[in-house]
Amino acid sequence: MSDILHFEFMQYALYAALIVSFICGIIGTLIVINRMVFIAGGIAHGSYGGIGLALFLGISPLLGASLFALVLGGIMAYLTHRNNTRLDSLIGVLWAFGMAFGIIMTDLTPGYNVDLMSYLFGAILSVSLEDLYGMGSILALILVFVLVFYRQLIAMSFDAKFAKLRGVNTELLYTLLILIVALSVVMSIRAVGLILVIALLTIPPYIAEKFTASIAGMMTLSSFLALVFCGIGLLLSYHFNLSAGASIILVATSVFLLQLPFKKR
Amino acid sequence: MHYDIEINNLSFNYEGTDVLEGINLRYAKEEFLAIIGPNGGGKSTLLKLMIGLLEPSCGEVLLFGQKPLHVSSQIAYVPQDTMANKDFPISVLDVVLMGRLSPKSTGRYSKEDKQIARSMLAHVGMSDFETHKIHALSGGQRQRVFIARALACEAKIIFLDEPTASIDTAGQIAVFELLKELNRHIGIVLISHDVNVALNYATKVAHVNKTLYMHDVPSAHDFKLFQNPKAHVCDIELISATRCNHLHPKQNL
Repeated sequence: MSDILHFEFMQYALYAALIVSFICGIIGTLIVINRMVFIAGGIAHGSYGGIGLALFLGISPLLGASLFALVLGGIMAYLTHRNNTRLDSLIGVLWAFGMAFGIIMTDLTPGYNVDLMSYLFGAILSVSLEDLYGMGSILALILVFVLVFYRQLIAMSFDAKFAKLRGVNTELLYTLLILIVALSVVMSIRAVGLILVIALLTIPPYIAEKFTASIAGMMTLSSFLALVFCGIGLLLSYHFNLSAGASIILVATSVFLLQLPFKKR
Repeated sequence: MHYDIEINNLSFNYEGTDVLEGINLRYAKEEFLAIIGPNGGGKSTLLKLMIGLLEPSCGEVLLFGQKPLHVSSQIAYVPQDTMANKDFPISVLDVVLMGRLSPKSTGRYSKEDKQIARSMLAHVGMSDFETHKIHALSGGQRQRVFIARALACEAKIIFLDEPTASIDTAGQIAVFELLKELNRHIGIVLISHDVNVALNYATKVAHVNKTLYMHDVPSAHDFKLFQNPKAHVCDIELISATRCNHLHPKQNL
């Protein structure tokens, strides 16, 4: 076990797993209780457009993806507030557009194209120190957001109309939540990739919801579960030479299947 | 006479269809107002207009003489219990505490907030369920908790959207008895799908089907039928039997 930790890339991977677990545990809980998994999925996949654009322009892919995801999130928040009855279809359009746009942009980028697979399925073993700082600052932002607006977030998620009448600016809060979801998704892409990020955002909160009696408890247990999934996944990938992102998700889905027979508390 | 709610010549249309037309209404918080009418007749829409969740297409709603959203701290709303988010992990006490939210408050709830929330739970007879998960309760118990949450707002009027929709008859009567008692101090405005139960408790009935007719509910002396909770009258009997002032929809009060 300890021999793994001699490698710097393994240490970075574990730090990344730790940060991503807390991001996914906290934000994933808010995504699940607000039933915005599809919005998160749309942002995750659509943000590939930002990666393609960043490669084309020669800027940092993570920066490109972040900006692109924020724009997508802004559009989705706007569509949600307009109460569009075909919101899911429109999200589907944005989802597909982002991916196609990203692929065309990489096609148009001259020279060697970076490994598409590393963005689709993650590259936690090649996380850099710079990536860790990026993830860490997003986690700090999330913690501040949730600590300050904890009551408002719960009231809005439970009953938006009641919250609005109690003076909570639900439109603004929901928009902020979507934007933070967008940033969280982009930061998690480094670890598990944009296809698998949805699993890490939804499986831990889904399981945690059954065994907790408060949102704070659900966030804590989700973070812990995500960390366990990441840890076991990383170990498996190291020992059997498997893809790290996919190993993490397979561990998560296995636990998901195993807990299904348990009734909720 | 002083009125807490005044609706003047209100109309509302949604995507080109007239949902409400020429609505006039006066309400003082001493009254127990039941809004009845057929499904799709605009009951919920009218309630949402009253509390400012919707804006009228024309005409105006005045709550305590002001625009509803400006005075939302003085009212409370009990939405229809849809069970849409039924796995939401939250305790009964935390639900009631939502009533203590105010625009400025961030962080945690104060000791005083918790005290108020607990006393409201006691008021609706749900103290023993403080730590229970909200969705482990029965429909009637849950509705009591939502009423406690509304009370925790310390509002002058409580608006309820079909408070007894998912409750058995005994539970319905218990909820209405509670509301009747609360009405000694605060205004009660509710939508009811059950004309008969509503009539036994309401002092004023608004029949909404695109237009609105107000009825004063006759006292027991006038109309023996209402003494018996099991009695049944249909909407038409109600309209012809009670002293109603059928205003022409376009006519101003």
